[in-house]
Amino acid sequence: MPHFVIIAVSILFDGLAYAMFLFITSVGLSVTMGLMGFVNLAHGAFAMAGGYVVVTLTRTLGIGFVPALAISAVVVGAVSVVFERFLYRRLYKSNDLEQVLLTIGLAFMAIATATYFYGPIPKSVPLPEWLQGDINLGFRSFPSYRAFLIVLGVVLIAVLWYGFERTNIGAKIRAAVDNRRMAESVGINVDLLFTLTFAVGSGLAALGGGLAIQLFGLSPNFAVLYLVLFLIVVAVGGLGSLKGTLLAALVLGIFDTAGKYLLADAGGFFIYAVTVVVLLIKPAGFYGRE
Amino acid sequence: MKIMRLLGLTALALTVGGTAQAENVKIGVVLPFSGANADLGHQVDKAFDLYVKLHAKDIAPNTVELVKRDEGPPTGANAKTAATELITNDKVSLLAGFVFSPSAIALAPVVTQAKVPMIIANAGTAWITNLSPYIVRLSFSMWHHGFPMGAYAYNKIGCKTAALAYTDFPPGKDSTEAFKTGFEKVGGKIVDSVPMGSPVQVPDFTPFFQKIKDEKPDCMYVFIPSGAHAAGVMKAYGELGMRKAGVKLIGPMDLIPDNKLQDMGDAAIGTIVMGNYAVDLDNAANKAFNAEWHKAYGKDSYPDFMSAAGWDTMHAIFDTIKKVNGKVDDGAKFVDAMKGWSANGPRGHVSIDPATRDIVQDENAMEVIRKPDGKLGVKVLGTTKAVKDECKIEKIGRCGS
Amino acid sequence: MAASERTIPDRKATRERAAEYLLRRHRFRPAEALPWLIAIAVYFVFPDRMTFGSQVVIMVMFALSLDLILGYAGIVTLGHAAFFGIGAYTVGLGAARLGWTEPISGLFAAAIVSAFFGFLTGWFLLRYRGLTLLMLTLATAIMLQEAGNLRSDFSGGYDGLPGLVFKPVLGLFDYDLYGHTNYIYALVVLAVVFFFVRRIVYSPFGQALTGIRENVRRMHAIGSPVHRRLVTVYTIGAGIAGIAGALFTQTNAYVTLTVFDFDNSAKVMVMLILGGTGRLYGAFVGAVVYMVLEDKLSKLSPTFWQFGIGLLLVLGVLFAPRGLLGLLENAGKYLSKFRSKP
Repeated sequence: MPHFVIIAVSILFDGLAYAMFLFITSVGLSVTMGLMGFVNLAHGAFAMAGGYVVVTLTRTLGIGFVPALAISAVVVGAVSVVFERFLYRRLYKSNDLEQVLLTIGLAFMAIATATYFYGPIPKSVPLPEWLQGDINLGFRSFPSYRAFLIVLGVVLIAVLWYGFERTNIGAKIRAAVDNRRMAESVGINVDLLFTLTFAVGSGLAALGGGLAIQLFGLSPNFAVLYLVLFLIVVAVGGLGSLKGTLLAALVLGIFDTAGKYLLADAGGFFIYAVTVVVLLIKPAGFYGRE
Repeated sequence: MKIMRLLGLTALALTVGGTAQAENVKIGVVLPFSGANADLGHQVDKAFDLYVKLHAKDIAPNTVELVKRDEGPPTGANAKTAATELITNDKVSLLAGFVFSPSAIALAPVVTQAKVPMIIANAGTAWITNLSPYIVRLSFSMWHHGFPMGAYAYNKIGCKTAALAYTDFPPGKDSTEAFKTGFEKVGGKIVDSVPMGSPVQVPDFTPFFQKIKDEKPDCMYVFIPSGAHAAGVMKAYGELGMRKAGVKLIGPMDLIPDNKLQDMGDAAIGTIVMGNYAVDLDNAANKAFNAEWHKAYGKDSYPDFMSAAGWDTMHAIFDTIKKVNGKVDDGAKFVDAMKGWSANGPRGHVSIDPATRDIVQDENAMEVIRKPDGKLGVKVLGTTKAVKDECKIEKIGRCGS
Repeated sequence: MAASERTIPDRKATRERAAEYLLRRHRFRPAEALPWLIAIAVYFVFPDRMTFGSQVVIMVMFALSLDLILGYAGIVTLGHAAFFGIGAYTVGLGAARLGWTEPISGLFAAAIVSAFFGFLTGWFLLRYRGLTLLMLTLATAIMLQEAGNLRSDFSGGYDGLPGLVFKPVLGLFDYDLYGHTNYIYALVVLAVVFFFVRRIVYSPFGQALTGIRENVRRMHAIGSPVHRRLVTVYTIGAGIAGIAGALFTQTNAYVTLTVFDFDNSAKVMVMLILGGTGRLYGAFVGAVVYMVLEDKLSKLSPTFWQFGIGLLLVLGVLFAPRGLLGLLENAGKYLSKFRSKP
């Protein structure tokens, strides 16, 4: 097989796995920002919380990795409802800056709490046998964990798409994103919708956080360190759009991987250059609305 | 009458001996106590405290007082403020610590102006010791590990070709440059040099390693900041099955920090590093050191190369205090007295090169193995004795200034 | 009354009267001397903390530059550290590579270079608002940092440019270990910059900025050249941030790429919010309070410090959205109401 095809396959595979991680973690942020118009910079903290819950479940309670992921998503999603109801709700009408400050403050508190309970040293999780090792296809071997990430991503995309496009609730959400007042006036309980969407978004973030442990390791700084990445995906994809987040995750994930592979010197540059270019041409992102 | 004379002489002797001033030597300790790198600071700090506690009587009647300040993040500004205030407000006679190179670099002009010795317990950029005649380093320079590894990899591990992978910041460039110099000198060929992003975030190492794997070098020399990055490297290396593919993993000891080794799993077994310390190092001083460490900090706490350097730093300081009889006011004299110091520490035999004020130590090639008790550990394959900093010997780049 | 019968007032005279009115309304009040007196007093009361003092003064200037942009014009940016860094490196590279060690001309150079970058980026980026602008400003700062690292043999990379030596200020005042000269130098520069900023803010231009911040649609509707005004204030803010950065390099005799860190942009924003935006002296209060608290508390326990700052932000947004000065104002109003009760 010609060399450049092998490279292309490598880039696509690794880029796809990375893109799936970005998508899973960022989609919640995109939908809540599009739906509620709320800048939630604590999203990274929810992802981090999800990661730490997985660590505790697997290491202290001996639960398997995959069940731990599911439990963590549910737990963090449920807890996020408390934040939404008692804290975020009060600032829906406030300006961007105040939302930024409130949620950054929450993120700092989360980092300090994580440092207090887990210490600053990065954590890892024990993986089940079938997620370690690799799948050998002759010309290249593919790490099982990343293949798992891609499969999981595809499944989630299908589920979310179905939920968004084919169910009643999905229709309601789409309506509320398009025109909140109109949606309210036809009797849609927008408040409940907010809470539900926020919970699902945070749960997905937690899932992303749990998946990230194997990719990057988990330390208390996770909450702000990767926040920039999620914000970029959301901004480039367009607020409130599932399609946009997916496209942005794919573009950014593959470009970033390609950059690291082909031009390692300027590696970090790519993701930001792509962001700037996209935003200059389409300020609201791929599928955002002005 | 004879008794009176005896008593008189005794009284005289006692008075003279009694009025010999007991000096309290104030040492300013500058280490990162906050932020992401706090655990690095604590590793050194614990070693400092332990040595002072166990050896206080060695310098009696003089005493030592540690005044501690946060080095802050590796920007240099915090360290500069902290250390300057230690000198001007707390009136310390010595400065010790410094995990980050920028901190030491920022302070060089200050200690020259204030004539205060600065004893470095970690910062590894090679040319730091050239910046001021008041700097003495007890830890290492990147070249201590990198340069000998070059020759060792070629001659003893069978690496005829090698790829370099490093985090894109000065220690990474320094270390790989050191390896490259040593490797090419004996005939090795470097096939690629891959920078892997900034030190702030742990990147996904897969694309970098995949690229190197496709180039099929015999060995891959990796430098990353000790800590979170090391775990990521091992994961990526294992996931991609690089050892099976015939690419050996080598590097400086930063690759397998003692307190992360256990988490690294089977992927780490077979990794060969060059370094000055490992917990398993077999010498009397190290055994005693480990025993005292566990006694003081619990059986789940382990010292690492930073702790060992910290221990030797305090050791050198104490020995020099004794040498100058507690009179530490003259900074230049103190530094002079420290030159040529040597001892057997947890790292083996160490000494200070009078010409460069940098450390001279043994470098060990170590392989990661699974010990009989199930834990991961290292086996020493070979030792190069009394290694000096090659960068300064050959005056490469900034080392020549 | 027919339109032609109304006399159209002389436009120039109107503008002059408006400016005069504003200046009269905002002439110096005695209370304004307070922060300066305190700054001078600190020099005598804490002579051994002058190194720290200079860094506080520099942060005040940095926060002030952000106040122009954020507090007065309402531009929310996450990349303000870019201009601080550009100023810092103009002086640093000038000294290290060109032998340009005269401090005051170095300040001017830094101001011009960072203002230029401010103009360039502002002209393109200020057409956007909201999340888009946030991400664009953030990306710019990060790309500058990456670019610096790319050419680290030139820029010194993360190990920085060490051993910078600067000529004595005005050829007379040499630097001492205790940082006395640095403090006075920084304070004088801050005073000059501050009076300049004050002049701008209380001018018709400043009023236009407030208009843009409060209701940009209306400003467009009355024909105000919004974009031009925004770019102007962004340029000035960038220039001042550049001066702060230049002072940073000069007082530390050292600079590394970490000046571009997102942490820096976030920190200065927190300081400004803490003190209160759109209130010139908010920068003073916020920067001083933050730096002093950090100095004292982070020594005790860095984890609690971080938690405390987070909590402060949360409580601040919920209960004191206009910062400490806002609280003081409210307290003042409450007290005067209390006093005026018969």
